[in-house]
Amino acid sequence: MSERLIGILTDSFFKILIPGLTVTIPLTIISFALAMIIAIAVALIQFAGVKVLKEIARFYIWVIRGTPLLVQLFVVFYGLPNVGILIDPFPAAVLVFAINEGAYCAETIRAGLEAVPSGQMEAGECAGMSYMQIMRRILLPQALRISFPSLANSIISMVKDTSLAANITVTEMFMATQRIVARTYEPLALYVEVGIIYLIFCTVLSRVQRWGEKRLGRYRI
Amino acid sequence: MILSVNDVRKSFDGAQILRGISLSVNKGDVVAILGPSGSGKTTFLRCLNYLEIADSGRMTFSGIDYDMHSLAKKEIAAIRKRTGFVFQSFNLFRNKTALENVTEGLVIARKMDKKEAREIAEATLRKVGMLDWASHYPSELSGGQQQRVAIARAIATDPEIVYFDEPTSALDPELAGEVLSVMRMLAEEGMTMVVVTHAMDFARNVSKHVVFMENGVVVEQGETERIFSCPEQDRTREFLRLEEKL
Ligand SMILES: Nc1ncnc2c1ncn2[C@@H]1O[C@H](COP(=O)(O)OP(=O)(O)OP(=O)(O)O)[C@@H](O)[C@H]1O
Ligand SMILES: [Mg+2]
Repeated sequence: MSERLIGILTDSFFKILIPGLTVTIPLTIISFALAMIIAIAVALIQFAGVKVLKEIARFYIWVIRGTPLLVQLFVVFYGLPNVGILIDPFPAAVLVFAINEGAYCAETIRAGLEAVPSGQMEAGECAGMSYMQIMRRILLPQALRISFPSLANSIISMVKDTSLAANITVTEMFMATQRIVARTYEPLALYVEVGIIYLIFCTVLSRVQRWGEKRLGRYRI
Repeated sequence: MILSVNDVRKSFDGAQILRGISLSVNKGDVVAILGPSGSGKTTFLRCLNYLEIADSGRMTFSGIDYDMHSLAKKEIAAIRKRTGFVFQSFNLFRNKTALENVTEGLVIARKMDKKEAREIAEATLRKVGMLDWASHYPSELSGGQQQRVAIARAIATDPEIVYFDEPTSALDPELAGEVLSVMRMLAEEGMTMVVVTHAMDFARNVSKHVVFMENGVVVEQGETERIFSCPEQDRTREFLRLEEKL
């Protein structure tokens, strides 16, 4: 490897890593946290079969899962200004990622709720607990425990999907890399480099997942 | 009289499962419900605690009269807070320890002080011989141990009546024995219990009343001794003869 290339790689490493730590990671964490709130709400609405809301939830999941994430990003960032709604790149990305991931995670959590045996709900009822008490203390914790590996999968996917935010001018890791490539004409080395940084992030998350499963796992489902 | 139900009916998908069941239970009574598989025993018990809503029937529980088909959520909640239910498959909360399984109904449903609930739960677990296992999760307990915790959960709330749906049917004879001896102890302490069971020894020796059900009707009921020594109905006699043989 030429000295020039080594220089470019070491020089760019931090230039890529820093937007990774300050944009990619926060974008992932904030979006995923919001997605979980949406997902739990939508899963509960469907599980409980709340009349009109249930239809709305189905519609939401149908639309989101049936259209590309990139299209959703473009509609919100480039499309909404047409009707007077202007959102800055980062909040727009958070909004789209949260709504998108929320639809997928809602299905994961709903499946988790349905996997809890009906006897758990009945035992709660016989103990005198209300529906919401049983949901909060018995069913939802078990459903989240069951869904945990899938949810961990989702957040790992999301780290990688945030690279799409480059398309709506969010200067996350991938956009930072593109800029350096434009200057240095070393696409192979630099795109491999950013790939490795994504890989590191995802490896850390997998470790966290395994640790989390162990901590959650004192009770068996 | 603590509980009296009259003419309970219930159908599933057009099939009549309960065709007018009536039952009275006095304070301190142990009533055993016997009957062949599919006769509607579980369905009846579930109607008593509103896990199923009967199509019709009246209930007087603790001096209050209810229409079993149409009663408010609040009324159901109030009834459940004063009853206990023990399931064939235990149904312990899988994400809670043995102790938490018992405190849950006290702290969350009845808003009891945590410390007081813990003391009650520990005393109740001691009573069923499970105090040493208080911090274990259900998956770490044997079936017999789980059922004893489930009984502790059902009685810790000081219920006026406890329903048992074949509490030992999912257990090996040895483990069934430890659960039955706990139930016998409760009976001796004067706990009011309605027990659906195939354990003939328990019915014969512990229960005061026997109800024999078949095809959704009560074929015969009466004092335990009389039912076992001289049943009036041929069906009862035949059922008992077959069960005793097993
Ligand atoms: N939720 C339900 N939907 C439809 N049919 C049901 C339902 N619950 C019970 N049944 C039917 O009602 C009948 C009586 O069932 P039940 O469980 O009450 O009988 P059982 O006397 O408890 O029998 P076992 O001794 O086998 O426990 C059965 O034929 C069963 O298939
Ligand atoms: Mg049954």
